[in-house]
Parts: sequence; structure tokens; C-alpha cells
Amino acid sequence: MTTVALKPATMAQALTRALRDAMAADPSVHVMGEDVGTLGGVFRVTDGLAKEFGDDRCTDTPLAEAGILGTAVGMAMYGLRPVVEMQFDAFAYPAFEQLVSHVARMRNRTRGAMPLPLTIRVPYGGGIGGVEHHSDSSEAYYMATPGLHVVMPATVADAYGLLRAAIASDDPVVFLEPKRLYWSKDSWNPDEPETVEPIGRAVVRRPGRSATLITYGPSVPVCLEAAEAARAEGWDLEVVDLRSLVPFDDETVTASVRRTGRAVVVHESNGFGGPGGEIAARVTERCFHYLEAPVLRVAGFDIPYPPPMLERHHLPGVDRILDAVGRLQWEAES
Amino acid sequence: MTVMEQRGAYRPTPPPAWQPRTDPAPLLPDERPYRVLGTEAAAKADPELLRRLYAQLVRGRRYNAQATTLTKQGRLAVYPSSTGQEACQVAAALVLQERDWLFPSYRDTLAAVARGVDPVEALTLLRGDWHTGYDPYTHRVAPLCTPLATQLPHAVGLAHAARLRGDDVVALAMVGDGGTSEGDFHEAMNFAAVWQAPVVFFVQNNGFAISVPLAKQTAAPSLAHKAVGYGMPGRLVDGNDAAAVHEVLAEAVRHARAGGGPTLVEAVTYRIEAHTNADDATRYRGDAEVEAWRDHDPILLLERELTERGLLDEDGIRAAREDAETLAGDLRARMNQDPVLDPMDLFAHVYDRPTTQLLEQENQLRAELDAEADGPEGAGR
Repeated sequence: MTTVALKPATMAQALTRALRDAMAADPSVHVMGEDVGTLGGVFRVTDGLAKEFGDDRCTDTPLAEAGILGTAVGMAMYGLRPVVEMQFDAFAYPAFEQLVSHVARMRNRTRGAMPLPLTIRVPYGGGIGGVEHHSDSSEAYYMATPGLHVVMPATVADAYGLLRAAIASDDPVVFLEPKRLYWSKDSWNPDEPETVEPIGRAVVRRPGRSATLITYGPSVPVCLEAAEAARAEGWDLEVVDLRSLVPFDDETVTASVRRTGRAVVVHESNGFGGPGGEIAARVTERCFHYLEAPVLRVAGFDIPYPPPMLERHHLPGVDRILDAVGRLQWEAES
Repeated sequence: MTVMEQRGAYRPTPPPAWQPRTDPAPLLPDERPYRVLGTEAAAKADPELLRRLYAQLVRGRRYNAQATTLTKQGRLAVYPSSTGQEACQVAAALVLQERDWLFPSYRDTLAAVARGVDPVEALTLLRGDWHTGYDPYTHRVAPLCTPLATQLPHAVGLAHAARLRGDDVVALAMVGDGGTSEGDFHEAMNFAAVWQAPVVFFVQNNGFAISVPLAKQTAAPSLAHKAVGYGMPGRLVDGNDAAAVHEVLAEAVRHARAGGGPTLVEAVTYRIEAHTNADDATRYRGDAEVEAWRDHDPILLLERELTERGLLDEDGIRAAREDAETLAGDLRARMNQDPVLDPMDLFAHVYDRPTTQLLEQENQLRAELDAEADGPEGAGR
């Protein structure tokens, strides 16, 4: 095997590097999906893997998501560690029955005898000008299914670290890759990439004292931008990047909100029935006596994902976040 | 360049030569279900194998009857009986080597038992004390699968994985006629053929998907014909002829083991009982039809063959029945004991390590159980 010194700079490259390192470290890791082989995936995340590890380790499958996930279940039953790529968020729905009825339950069904260590990578979310079915935020479906872990990186370093951790996990992980961050660049030392262990720890991306923005995935950079803009208003916002919805890090979130006394949950997914409702409830249950204002949500509207020329109105942006922050009953303080 | 100019300059060439990717002729199933018993082919059947099949059929029928009785006694939540389909159940188990894998559906408890799964553990799902009562790795039997046809891609993936590892393993996956309408049936067949995975798809066409007859399920000439579209051989066999089912499945297993890829086998049989004890079959089919199939009974067919050839006598028949009674008695005795339940199991296997939320919920349930155990005095305030 020739070792090419990669210099990952974008999230997509960090993900590729994570896949490559995982495959090199463990021969039971198999990548499979539509166009992941010769083409290297429509987002090029599996670029070079088929060439380096062969078609049997990085396999172009027939175009059938239920079949991809269903056969991956069988491979995992036999001791392999499949990493499945669903080409786009909304194209993953045909695999839903396999995911909900088998992937999420097999360990429990067999009292732990048959765990399914598989990772399901899903490019997700909007903001790339995609036409219908290419921009969904489907995390609420996944987090509502016990037995799955649901992980979303927001930085280049986390993309590597969390994907390595997901592949190493003995539980099934739905790994949601924010499409519009694929080309985001971070300063990252590719010579000593770090894994993130264990899955399930949130991180404070920006410390602050006035209020907490609770967010994940593609909304993390938006919240950081909002926090910078909020300084002009005199607000010092804390930004918590959840990194995973399941497991959910109550501890980090609770500690932050108890400190700041105010919270806004931000995500692209529809507000009604979205993750924000669960998060707001958990925060309220744990922080009621510390809260200066109701927990607010800034989320996508309760509409089917809009056509690309209108999506900017749907996606939570800096202004909408700042509006919500402005409604956190600051009058009481003056 | 204008369209007219372009047309003038255009010199059509023939498209690249087209050829069928696979010759369909060898993939086609027989015109009629293949039979052995009562035909010349029976003489070639191994007497020892026929005797083994017979003993297992008798055990199987008794097991089905006992399990159905247990539903009436409230010991089983539900039992989808395979009475009338014992030849398929038994043959599927007997054609496999120990290292092979069986993927049963919810009606295939008998196949799991015939393969060696403990008769009580095989019923855990249907008793309701857990979802699967046996370790799938002990006998290489996947959990009884309830969502239709979803176990088929698992079989394909497992067989594919084994082949990638260089292991000599065949997977045999069972499905009913209704299951062939599901998308997962199609996807599994397609993946298996593309990957040339060592899989045998075994369709028990028992005539009904609960109440819906095959005519409302498919317009295909036969279910076995569906194989041709995927580029794999389809075989049609009399599902009540244990010798024929065994022969056809064994051939398909050999074919898969030799690297020849998957086969689809359709066994034509009949579900003598209702869908489950909760179903009323008189609402959708007449007695005459059922009686006609009772006359084409898998046990009687084989018994006649064996006795006519002097391979089985009254003592042999009695011995088989006694063996079946022992099985039923053991099943009865053990199923009449209440299962041991631990509510904490609800949280133990959801994840490798329980989440903090699950730990909180586990504590909540434990507190509730403690309060319950303390009784009214403990709860009094």
C-alpha cells in the first residue's frame, strides 16, 4: 500500500481520510453504496478508496437503498463493519424499514448476541441550491428510533474524529454529514488527526455569559456568526455544538443553560416535531429555576423543503437567530 | 449550423451490437412442479435420507399441533402454523451444513427446530417473553423475521461477506408467496445475482397471504419464473413431496457452494391451518379446497413410498410417533412453566452501553417495581 500524504483541508477531505484510515486499520471495514467506487461518490467523499482497497472493500452497489442497508445488515451479522453511503438525505427513505425494523433492533432483539456495528453516512441538509429531495434534514426521524446513534459533525476535525468513532462503535450510527459544510475549511493537523471518544459529548464552541445557542451540524457556523454579530447588541452568546442527538449530552447543555439562564435551539429541521422540541423540554425540565425566559426555537418552517430559489427564507439565518435572542426577556435585567 | 444543414451532414451508424446478457433458457423453471415420490425418480432417492425426512415430518406435525394447543391454553400469544408445509420446513433445515446459515420467517419455527434450535427457545418470540430466544450464532439461524421479506437481503449480505472472507458458507432464506410482492424480495434477488452470492431463496407458496390468494398477488407464470428476470435459475417443486424439495434445495445449495450464485426455488404447498390461531380461514376459502390438499399430505406421501418399498413398517411408524410425542411432552412441560422475566432487560441491550437517559429510566422503573413489591403498606401515605 502506498502512503500518500494527504493534506485534508475541507470537511469532505477529512471524511475521506477517516474512511481511509479506518479501512487501513481494520480489514473488516467495508464501504458500500451508489457510485462510491469508480466515481468516488457524488460528493467525492469515497474518492480513491476503491483504487487503494479494491472493489470488494469499496463497492458500487445496485441502485436500491433498502437493498444496500439490508445486505449491510447481513454483512455486519457475519462480523464485517459496513460503512454505507446513502447518496442524499431524501434518497435514504427507501432504507427506512431496514433501519427501523432491523438495524435499530437487532442487538436488543437478540439480547446482545447480534450487535450490528454499521455506519450509515447521509449527506444531509440544505443550503447548496439542490432541487427537490436533495436538501432534507431527516434527523428527527432517526432520533425518534431507539437503538440508533445519530451523529452530526460541524467542523473538519470533528468530521474525522466522529466518523472514526462511528465506525469503531459496536452500535449502528446514522452519520449525518452537512452537505454545505463539505467544502468548509478548518485549520487542522492532518498528521495527527484525533478521534472523538466516546460519541455523545457536546462541546462548547464559543463560551459566553448572556445566553446559550444550542445547535448542531450545519447550523453551528451560523450560530457562531450570530454570536459575533450579537456582540454589537451587548450579548455574549455561548454556542453549544451537540455533535450527536443520540446520545444526548444533557450534562453539557444543562450546565451551559444554568450558567447563562437563557437558551435558543437552532436547527434546519422543521420546528414542529423537530429535535428542538425535545431539547427545549429537556432544558426546561432541568433548568426551570435558572431560566430568565422560555426556551425558544429557531428552526426550518413547517413546510416541505422549499425549492432552491426560496430556501434562504426557510433556513435559520443570523437575523432570525438574533431576533429570537432579542425575545429572551432582557427587560427584566434593566 | 441549422437543423437542416445538420440533417444533411448526418451519417447514421448502427448502434453497438446488442446481445442478451444471459441466455434465459437454462434459467427457466420446469413447466410443472418437480416430483419424486410416486415417480421413477423415487428409486434413486437415498433410503436413509427418506427415513430421516419421515421422522422429522412426524415430529414437525406434532410440534405444530402442540404449539397450536398452547395458544388455546394461553401459553403462546400467537402461532403461525406450518401444518401441511412440513416437507418444506424439514428439507430446508436438512440440506444445510453446520457452517451454513438459515434465515427463517415467522412461519418457519419448525425449520429452526429441525436445524437444532431448542424447541422452547424457538417459541420465545411467539410466547412474548422476548423477541428472540436463541443465540443466532449457536446454530447459525437468524432470528425469526416478522417484517415480510426483509430477512432476504440479510441472507444475501451474510453470504456475500462469507465469500469475501473466503469461507465456504451458503445462506438459505425462506419467504412466503405474499413476501414475493415486497420490494425487499426484489432487491435481495437482484443484489444476490449481481454479486453471485451463495444464497438459496426458498419460497413456500402456500396459496395465501393471510386471506389473499396468489391470483391477487402476482401475474407471473409462476413465482419461480421471477428468477429469470434477475439472471438466476428458478426451480419449481412440489412442496409436499419431501424427497423432491430436499433434492431441489440440495442442488441449489451445491450450485451456490460451487460458486454458481443464487437460485430461486418455489415450492407449491398449502397452508392447512388458518394464518394464525387469531385468523378465521372460513371467511376466504372453502372446505373442499382444504380437503383436496389434505389428500396430498406430505407425511402420507412419504409414508406410502417408504412402506411400499419396505423401508418402513408399523414398528417404524410407531417409533416415529413416539419420538414426536416425547418432543410434544417436553414442549408442553416446559411451556407450562412461567418464563422468568427481568424488566431490567428492557434497558440492557438497546445499546452497547446504555445512554444516561436510559439509565435514568431504568432507575425509574426499578423504583416503581420496589414500590410495587412493598405492597399497599409501603405505598400508603
